[in-house]
Amino acid sequence: MSITYLEAIREAQYEALRDNPDVFLYGQDIGAFGGAFKATKNLSREFPGRVFDAPISEDAMIGMAVGAAIEGARPIIEMQFADFSSVGFNQIVNQAATLFWRTNTPCPITIRLPSGGTAGSGPFHSQSMESIYAHYPGLVILTPATVEDAYWMMLESVKLDDPVIFCEHKFLYYHLKSEDFGEAMPIGKARIARPGRDATIVTYSAMLHECLRSAEELRLDGYEVEVVDLRSVKPMDSDTILASVARTGRILVVGETFPWGGVTAEVIARVSSEAFHLLDAPPMRLNSKDTPIPYHPNLWKAHRPTTASISSELRKLLRY
Amino acid sequence: MGGFGRYHVHPLDFLSGHSQPSVKAFTHHRRCNAGFALQTSAVPVAPSSTKVASDPHAEYREDFLQALRCMILSRTLEEKLGSLYRAGGRIVGGVYLGRGQEAFSAAAGIHLRYGKDVYGPLIRDQAGRIAYGEPIIDALRTYLGTVTGPMRGRDGNIHRGRPKQGYMAMISHLGSLVSVVAGALFARRLKGTLGDSVGATSIGDGGTSTGAFHEGMNMAAVEKLPLVVSIANNQYAYSTPTNRQFACENLVDRAKGYGVEGYSIDGTDLLACVTTFRTAFQRARAGHGPQIVVGRLLRLGGHGEHDDASYIPDLKKHEHEGRDCLAVAQEQAISYGWASQAELDQWIQSARREVDQATSLVMKEATPDPYRESWQALSTVALVEGNEG
Repeated sequence: MSITYLEAIREAQYEALRDNPDVFLYGQDIGAFGGAFKATKNLSREFPGRVFDAPISEDAMIGMAVGAAIEGARPIIEMQFADFSSVGFNQIVNQAATLFWRTNTPCPITIRLPSGGTAGSGPFHSQSMESIYAHYPGLVILTPATVEDAYWMMLESVKLDDPVIFCEHKFLYYHLKSEDFGEAMPIGKARIARPGRDATIVTYSAMLHECLRSAEELRLDGYEVEVVDLRSVKPMDSDTILASVARTGRILVVGETFPWGGVTAEVIARVSSEAFHLLDAPPMRLNSKDTPIPYHPNLWKAHRPTTASISSELRKLLRY
Repeated sequence: MGGFGRYHVHPLDFLSGHSQPSVKAFTHHRRCNAGFALQTSAVPVAPSSTKVASDPHAEYREDFLQALRCMILSRTLEEKLGSLYRAGGRIVGGVYLGRGQEAFSAAAGIHLRYGKDVYGPLIRDQAGRIAYGEPIIDALRTYLGTVTGPMRGRDGNIHRGRPKQGYMAMISHLGSLVSVVAGALFARRLKGTLGDSVGATSIGDGGTSTGAFHEGMNMAAVEKLPLVVSIANNQYAYSTPTNRQFACENLVDRAKGYGVEGYSIDGTDLLACVTTFRTAFQRARAGHGPQIVVGRLLRLGGHGEHDDASYIPDLKKHEHEGRDCLAVAQEQAISYGWASQAELDQWIQSARREVDQATSLVMKEATPDPYRESWQALSTVALVEGNEG
């Protein structure tokens, strides 16, 4: 048996619907059509009256989920593309994220964001939103990079009593396969995806796989690069990052989204302020370019970090 | 709550008998889809000495008096809040009053059951909140930010509620409550717990311009949810007049666009409000989908107490919409023989006592201590970051 990242997300939603009558699915084209990416394929048939097509109203979709959660439901909301969640931004950061703190009422909603770039998707179907949402208090931001995490973290999201922004990477949907779902790891714990001693790469989501390839390239030059997969960018597992830096003395942080601020800057800030004395080189980071995401593959490949650009940064870091 | 008044659906001991619900539309308005016609004239106010021989509005007597008493308490409470604001010291931030909108707000609120129905009131709904069943002490505790209140100093003034009770706590982003109330109703229907419960929320003329309002209204209509949306057209969104806010003749015209039932009424006329909201709530509960009720009135004050509303021309205040709904309602009550001046005076006195008692109690209550605050935005304690965050 071989399961894709996308199938893992579908399977987790299936099990969530099966195991808890309070779970329902709401999103555009997710009913009989099964979703733009088929992440809800057949679910409306298997769970009649629990999977609903939504109007093109991201604001109202999130507001509706908050109201439903207040009543004890555990909605999973599919944004057709992460990019469109900007239309529901107010409801996410001001309604959902403040509800518990303001009113002591939990807000168990899961918002699925099909995230990140694929060739030809252009400026409005390629965005990664984790840094934007991580900025706001009251949200849990998950960025699974593996089939196993996609499955277990989706199941865990639905059980959490807090709003979860579930950033699932579209590039991994069909490319990533696994034989089984393996073991669950707790949310909030980073994972050493590859052990090493010469430098640390901290990354998450689809960039994990580019970073692993870079680490493999550098091995041919005799370097052992440790790769840390954050898994959840918020909460962020500082302990695992700092422990890795303590071993290697060098850090490169890689993220697919825009360079100004964000997750990579947050990691650098924490390492600089808490592990300055452990560093043998200035901490580095690599993001996309500071432009909208281009359409043509020639431009797109140069816009986002790739194995080649990560390897190049790693060499600079190791030579310092 | 220490004996501080909480008006439930029929809490008023001076009322006798329960009138049977009726779906008969009152002559002042007709439903939009039934050949809608605007009618803004008020019920003729007879001199208070006149005895009404037969009472054509008898079936609304109970609703009317219940709403009126809530209006009196609301006005009394808001006058106290205004004076606390002007005195300075205890109320931090703004004070936002519903003066002139009490009839429209209370007439909706009396149809809602605290803990049973879903209510998402907005900025000028103090009267509706009282009618719904929120104890006035919750308002005072929120304005004064005490730890005993529902918001515990974390949020203030009109941003209050108890969502677990179906009482939504508004955020400042207008229109965003429509979908939240709709979602609560949606979940109840899904869980089979909807029963005869209903949802209600409010918006002003300015709030109807938001995308959130449109999205929420459209979604509620698609789902055909039992939702009553009150639109108080008080003619000014902060300082912006309605001719800079929308281009349609009457906001109720939008009901047709959403495929929902709509009503347009004189928001200064309590009897018109009471009759219309009864129909609207009955239609919503009976499965006819969302109902939009537009009330035409004038905000009798500034956006908040910091605002002298100098942009509202004096002439406006002397137009029909500028009359004080509370004074009109008191005259109506007397003219219909539903209450005497002595009774009205007694209710005003009792409202003052209630507000004074609640205020003096809340004044002594503790305000939040930053060193005892948990500072946790997540309910899952294990996921709250330590000092790094």
